[in-house]
Amino acid sequence: MNVAVLVLVACAAAVFGIAAGYWLPPHGRVPAAGVRERGERRILLPFSGQEISRRSFEAAVRLAKAENATIMPAFLAHVPMSLPLESALPVQCARGMPLLEAIEQRATSLGIPVDSRVGRGRSARDALRRLLEQEHFDRIIINADEDPRVGLSYEDLRWLLQRVPAEIMILRPGFKDDRRISVDAVSGHF
Amino acid sequence: MASLAEQTRGRLKVFIGMAAGVGKTHRMLLEGQAEQEAGRDVAIGLLETHGRIETARVAEGLPLIPRRRVRYREAVMEEMDVEAILSRRPELCLIDELAHTNVPGAGHAKRYEDIEDVLAAGIDVLSTLNVQHLESLNDHITELSGIRVRETIPDAILGRADEVVLIDLTPEALLERLRAGKVYPVERIDAALNNFFRIENLSALREVALRQVAEEVGAKRLTTELVGSRVESLAADAPQAVGERLLALVEPYPGAQRLVRRAWRSAQRLGAGLDLLWVRPPGKALSGEQQRSLTALRQLASVLGARMFEEESDDVADAVVEVAGRRGSTYILIGSSRPARGLARLRVPLPQRLMARLPGVDVRIVADRAQRPGVESP
Repeated sequence: MNVAVLVLVACAAAVFGIAAGYWLPPHGRVPAAGVRERGERRILLPFSGQEISRRSFEAAVRLAKAENATIMPAFLAHVPMSLPLESALPVQCARGMPLLEAIEQRATSLGIPVDSRVGRGRSARDALRRLLEQEHFDRIIINADEDPRVGLSYEDLRWLLQRVPAEIMILRPGFKDDRRISVDAVSGHF
Repeated sequence: MASLAEQTRGRLKVFIGMAAGVGKTHRMLLEGQAEQEAGRDVAIGLLETHGRIETARVAEGLPLIPRRRVRYREAVMEEMDVEAILSRRPELCLIDELAHTNVPGAGHAKRYEDIEDVLAAGIDVLSTLNVQHLESLNDHITELSGIRVRETIPDAILGRADEVVLIDLTPEALLERLRAGKVYPVERIDAALNNFFRIENLSALREVALRQVAEEVGAKRLTTELVGSRVESLAADAPQAVGERLLALVEPYPGAQRLVRRAWRSAQRLGAGLDLLWVRPPGKALSGEQQRSLTALRQLASVLGARMFEEESDDVADAVVEVAGRRGSTYILIGSSRPARGLARLRVPLPQRLMARLPGVDVRIVADRAQRPGVESP
């Protein structure tokens, strides 16, 4: 009798274990500690230089917290006319990837879900346009103090306001607040 | 067994360098002189001295096959005379500038095609090439230097060469030669210094050239092993190839991009190539969000110059072992996994399975740096 019970218990345990092993993905990811579930709303934070203003990052974080949204930092890479549009751009990536990493680390440490993007085009506007064609974003937060030689010009900002069906927040430079997030903020070997 | 055509085909030796002026033609001529002294019948099929006195002096004593004249529009140009080389039939022919584009109407469009004819006739060839003329490197070098080179050759041409010799010079030494008028005439020196011949360009090109030759050596070694059907014995005995190659395991979820960026930075530091692998569970449809993550991953791989593989398999380890073997990976990078529960605890974790099945390959688990204590919040 006891043996039968033991066998029954062992079989039940085995079935339970098999079921647990089946339902739990064997190579699932460790969720980042303290990061809440990914929000439905998506906030795009595009940049093309080596730093962004802390004001725009903080605005993105505030909005993401309030709206339970995901921040989507996007590096806009510029493809020279002499190269095919699909070209690898390791030199620009060496500048852009560390900043993407720094933004992602900062947002994650604040419990905000992040999903990065890389856009590629003949200009920053073209890269942004291609990105916006591929995906929908609920809000776009833009720095108005980016260097227009490498980033978005005032003309581009007007284009954005006229053509893009998303809420757009353009942050003008802070007169007393010139704090930036740069590649120096990255933690680790980046 | 090699075919008769392969047995009678001439041997091709290419002198490759980072830029004009490193001494490729000079070295080619010196080897030609040495071969002639050793008793071989040597001839110059084509030589571009670019007015360099040193180069012209080294060429003295080597028979020169005259060029032929080709009329193009209103001008008369000179090109290598392949027919004359084939009828002269030297044992060894020196042909400068492998990537040269012929004048329209001069037979083949490219000089490497002319060289193929010469090799097919059983004549050995020495030739020269600058690394930026290789098709696969052209875009990369354009991004580095801002200057696009129009004359390119398929990489396979270099791959078919029997010997590739790197002519190396430090950027400082090359600039010294340039300033001394040993590369270009005096009137072109300033323009050269302000455009292509900048120290950062030359350093980057030198790195590309060194890596390219290392990869050629690695590829040849691998080919020899496969042709000889001694893969296992050689794998056990032979030293490892020079080049490193990283393989990062990814899944379509947002955190995978961080793994890819870290892998790319590591690859850059090692001077290694980067591959990405997603092992897709069979028959499983992707959600909309996964599909977007996958598109973003592909875009990231493309902009970083990494190659992304997608393999359908039930067993991640099997797929990784297969791709790592095929690609010659020396590092495997994986993200940290969720702790196993239930009977899955009995399963050997993926990193251990990979280490057991890929001896000699580093397996690295990439941590999330944002979770490190001390990471500041703004």
